Amino acid sequence: MSVDKATVAKIASLARISMDDAALDRMVPELNGILQWVEQLGEVDVTGIEPMAAVIPNTLRLRADVIDADALTGGGRQGDVLANAPAAEHGFFGVPKVIE
Amino acid sequence: MTDLTQLGVKDIRDGVRAGDFTAREVATSFNAAVADAAALNAFIVTTPDHALAAADAVDAARAAGEQLGAMAGVPIGMKDLFATNGVQTTAASHILEGFTPRYESTVSQKLWDAGAGMLGKLNLDQFAMGSSNETSYFGNVSSPWRKDGSNQPMSPGGSSGGSSSAVAARIAPAATGTDTGGSIRQPAAFTGICGIKPTYGRCSRWGVVAFASSLDQAGPMARSVEDCAIMLGAMAGFDPKDATSLQMDVPDWEAALNSDLRGKKVGIPREYRMEGTDQAILDSWEQGKAWLKDAGAEIVDVSLPHTKYALPAYYIIAPAEASSNLARYDGVRYGLRDLPDGSGLQDMYAATRAAGFGDEVKRRILIGTYVLSAGFYDAYYTQAQKVRALVARDFERAFEQCDVILAPTTPTASFPLGSMNEDPLTMYLNDVFAVPASLAGLPAMSVPATINEHGLPLGLQLVGRPFDEQGVLNAGLAIQQRAGFTAKPEKWW
Repeated sequence: MSVDKATVAKIASLARISMDDAALDRMVPELNGILQWVEQLGEVDVTGIEPMAAVIPNTLRLRADVIDADALTGGGRQGDVLANAPAAEHGFFGVPKVIE
Repeated sequence: MTDLTQLGVKDIRDGVRAGDFTAREVATSFNAAVADAAALNAFIVTTPDHALAAADAVDAARAAGEQLGAMAGVPIGMKDLFATNGVQTTAASHILEGFTPRYESTVSQKLWDAGAGMLGKLNLDQFAMGSSNETSYFGNVSSPWRKDGSNQPMSPGGSSGGSSSAVAARIAPAATGTDTGGSIRQPAAFTGICGIKPTYGRCSRWGVVAFASSLDQAGPMARSVEDCAIMLGAMAGFDPKDATSLQMDVPDWEAALNSDLRGKKVGIPREYRMEGTDQAILDSWEQGKAWLKDAGAEIVDVSLPHTKYALPAYYIIAPAEASSNLARYDGVRYGLRDLPDGSGLQDMYAATRAAGFGDEVKRRILIGTYVLSAGFYDAYYTQAQKVRALVARDFERAFEQCDVILAPTTPTASFPLGSMNEDPLTMYLNDVFAVPASLAGLPAMSVPATINEHGLPLGLQLVGRPFDEQGVLNAGLAIQQRAGFTAKPEKWW
């Protein structure tokens, strides 16, 4: 499979990366080179093989049912959370006006 | 007095404990070496005061007769992918420029708790995406090594290129690295140092800027196997804040180091004999077999039949995870915001990400977005995950016949900066030997073996069973003792 300029523009829009014509023109052959190369995975017989997501067997744990059990990841850290925001306003993250 | 910057982790720790020198003297020496090495561009920011404060705390603890930690008095470099409280953390990207975390990553906190100090934040490939340290927003890192008779700047490898450059140049005794598809081992091999990626889950990922979460794993980079064992012990351990953290004890790897390999079987994977591999690398592999045999091991042939598919599978899985992880950089909560006049929220996202991400990062986000998109998900992503299962099964079967696997770390030695940028694929192929162990989550290490005909270092790779960092370190030690690798780069910076 290969991608054309319109497809790359669509992917870029899905990924929320603005790209001008020149950037799209550059990206098309690069993406096609990579996609053609990964195509070889199609040769592999994967009959009966389950897709692997976790490589090392591990079980997910439940944390103790306590509010703010971990001081670092619990609540009450509004100042820290907003400290790096480009536009913090009135204790919230500020964003441009959204009108639907 | 001896030049303290020539010492590694163990010698510094032992010397500080014995009172041969103070931690402050060590920190002062390394701070000066760092300040003198700006030409390497290994650091994005330097933190001499952090190193001095940690050193003073160690000296005070020693004076008070307190027990000193495993890394007491050792100043290290911190890859700028670890969040450090109050110190800019960028992942070498423009989008995180100026980001100053209000918290400390688990791994860096553990190192400070063990008595280490921080010389600065080390440069890397942007978001750890790269194999040459040429994708950083803060400029290329130079290797301290150069080809004989040439002054062309060479790649320190990547993504942990600041780490490898600093440790090889002796401006840091050790540094943290992270390895997603070879980012500890390949730079270690390029610069003649050691680096180990432990079993997936050994080191907490909490507070580490995420690239591909099912692959990312932190580890130490240093100049000896012993130093790696000590530092890995300080970095590893269960962390409830990371859902994939391994809930198991951390062995005392340093105490159990043993290079007597009698009764051990070393597997040689026949599929790693690939076209395009330098003859000098193949020769060093042969030499490695002889060294391990000399240490008492039996050499056996093993097969990893899906080796050639590991890299293409990786270049679907890692970008897919990256495209999801990097969705968080939206110009709202931290980092860069680009808000063109009169634009709305969606335009702000797109403009911010266009301005904040470098080309390689964009390329991988686009690939990841594409392979996860409706209609292509099964053909690409699910297929890659199945191939990943087969790669892991290959290793499982191989480890029925051997205890540890020996292979080259890279197909070539370091290359000049700027020489591999024609086509992204050529660069990807440099990780062909490193990626399979990453996909399988296995502990893997690179140790320096020899130098090639141009005077550049070559590394050998050891891959172990899950949780068997000890077996990897022991085989690494056996090679280290026999290789007698003492070459070091001549100072030009």
